Amino acid sequence: METHANIDHESVVKPPISSVGVIGWIRGNLLSSPGNTILTLIILGILWFSVVPFIQWAFLDACWHPDANCREATGACWSVITSNYKVMLFGFYPQHILWRPVTAIVLLVAMLFISRNRRYWNPYLGYAWLIALVVMGVLLRGGIFMLEPVEIGKWGGLILTLLLSVFGLTAAYPMGILLALGRQSNLPVIKTFSVFYIELIRGVPLISLLFMSSVVFPLFLPEGVSISGILRAQVAIILFTAAYIAEVVRGGLQGMNTGQFEAAESIGLNYPQTMRLIILPQALKIVIPPSVSVLISAFKDTSLVVIIGLYDLLKTTQSTLSEPKWMGFSAEAYIFIALIYFVCCFFMSNYSRQLERELDTGL
Amino acid sequence: MKIKRSENISFWYDPDKRAIVYQVGAAFFVAFIAWYLVSNTMTNLANQNIATGFGFLNKEASFEIGESLIEYSAADRYLKALSVGFLNTLLVSFIGILLTVVLGTFLGIARLSKNWLVNKCAAAYIELFQDIPVLLQLFFWYAFFYEMLPSPRQAINPFDGLFMCNRGLIFGIPAAHPVYKYMALSILLASVLIFFIKRWAKKRQDATGKIFPIIKVSILLILGFPFVCWLLGGSPTQMSIPVLTGFNFKGGMTVSPEFAALLLGLVLYTAAFVAEVVRAGIQAVSKGQTEAAMAIGLKPGQLLNLIILPQALRVIIPPLTSQLLNLTKNSSLAVAIGYPDFVSVAGTAINQTGQAIEGVMLIMIVYLFFSLSTSAFMNWYNKKTKLVER
Repeated sequence: METHANIDHESVVKPPISSVGVIGWIRGNLLSSPGNTILTLIILGILWFSVVPFIQWAFLDACWHPDANCREATGACWSVITSNYKVMLFGFYPQHILWRPVTAIVLLVAMLFISRNRRYWNPYLGYAWLIALVVMGVLLRGGIFMLEPVEIGKWGGLILTLLLSVFGLTAAYPMGILLALGRQSNLPVIKTFSVFYIELIRGVPLISLLFMSSVVFPLFLPEGVSISGILRAQVAIILFTAAYIAEVVRGGLQGMNTGQFEAAESIGLNYPQTMRLIILPQALKIVIPPSVSVLISAFKDTSLVVIIGLYDLLKTTQSTLSEPKWMGFSAEAYIFIALIYFVCCFFMSNYSRQLERELDTGL
Repeated sequence: MKIKRSENISFWYDPDKRAIVYQVGAAFFVAFIAWYLVSNTMTNLANQNIATGFGFLNKEASFEIGESLIEYSAADRYLKALSVGFLNTLLVSFIGILLTVVLGTFLGIARLSKNWLVNKCAAAYIELFQDIPVLLQLFFWYAFFYEMLPSPRQAINPFDGLFMCNRGLIFGIPAAHPVYKYMALSILLASVLIFFIKRWAKKRQDATGKIFPIIKVSILLILGFPFVCWLLGGSPTQMSIPVLTGFNFKGGMTVSPEFAALLLGLVLYTAAFVAEVVRAGIQAVSKGQTEAAMAIGLKPGQLLNLIILPQALRVIIPPLTSQLLNLTKNSSLAVAIGYPDFVSVAGTAINQTGQAIEGVMLIMIVYLFFSLSTSAFMNWYNKKTKLVER
């Protein structure tokens, strides 16, 4: 110990100033070779000529006030959002009771936030989700507890987007698991049906299923029965997402060691018990990160219901843009909803990456 | 070897018999649903007086299509209209796939760059474009081309022969000349020749160890053949330059705002996913491979061609094809911005004839054809590149 303390600090040669700190970082990461220096300069040039005018347009010259006269401004017209955000986010939901959808969305976000933490993953969280979904449904639908009833046809904007994706995934997950089990099954008939369904659905674009829900599905129903367009689109999204979930879950099932099946069999468990107690708990854990990816694409894909005329976030924005007063300000409005989608997807994909790291047991 | 069971096992405890019961049950269940739906549909169709069958394909379509690769008029049959849509889908997918692979590879390599700025810019691009729905991106670009660009009279003219306006991009192309047909043929010929040279070079390398500069020769052939053709054909330099006459442009080539928006949206969106695929593929090749190749004295070019790429491609190609298939499927969103792709034309046909089932079936068959042929290719490729374990 003593010997170490005796080192003369003056004689220790410090690293040259050019290889540590900010300068060292810049030299190492931006200017390490002539080629790299040129690349850095080109990128800086591109950023300068794109980001600076964008900031000028989006912030410095922009109009923010709902009553601003946008036609004369040189910058962005955010007034299209500040004066229409209620319609964009909530569609035709009655304006005087907007606190209800807002509360429902806050509740959903809170539940998602709590569920992020794996420490809370237990049966109680499941019950909490059930209760929360019921509360959200009651808040939106009304009709009891002195709440004014609002029919489903009036739910629009962000509510519809979230509704389609949350219910789409909760209903598609069990169906996807069943399909995956069917595909891995030893029974040829069940296996054939599952493979046929999965490959058929994965081979066609979602839009063809949505077309089917809007124009073919009414023909399938007995006379006099009709189902609202939202519900039909919801069914199409569920059927579509289930096929993708089935493939994700199949990946997990195939990752299982044969020893697990043999061990379960040897202690006398039957097929449902083997699956429920041994295989699925392990397989589903493996596939959580890819499931989040499916969730992200399902969330993005709900925007396709625009094409069959449902008023989701994208459609309410477009209907705002079709008013003469706001015609020509598409860029601002689209950037706003792109930001909403981006924030949601960004948190989900970050979460999936974090989970991947946490669940990685190094095998 | 199967264990012989005792004969007097009860019916319900025999797994084989139980399996048969389950399967028959499942088959009946599916058959019942199918019968229920079909019978409802039949009643509804009969009540609403909607014709069935594909007979409508031979009737007159009587609607115009904005863009077409083949001659088409409203007097043509539905079959022709649908093939126009099919060709448009093929066109946008084909060009989209080419551009996406180039941009995606570029971004994927940029994502691995040691240059911090390049790396972070690529990362920001990938995150941003992956997380915004492709339909929204299409609408954005469509609005950009349609609203923000000026009318033809005030068209932006950055340099001679290129005009940008809300009618699309209009640019000059070489004027029609028979030589161009021969140039295209010569490229085809060069590709065939390269294929045979490559086989010969591989055989020779296996036998003698001599390396043939296949890439340089290929580039020379691909560029040289058409060039010689062009020279032989009298080197035509006549250009068809667009000129503004009245409210529109004459001459040159026009890319409609719909097509430009669709292509741009699809390429920018899919390239973000392809970039991740490429990055993962390159990272999957372990560092030891590079070091080993350097140790046995391979040059950087050889290192890339002989060691890194063959291994990286094995990882890259399967997810890459599925991304490119996604691009093809997403091209069906053309219907939302009014580009006449297959789904859009079929949608119009459904509206006019009311034969929704046949229309949706046609859409599904066309896309199933794409995806089944892609998966056939994938199976072939996987078999071909499977590691031969010795």
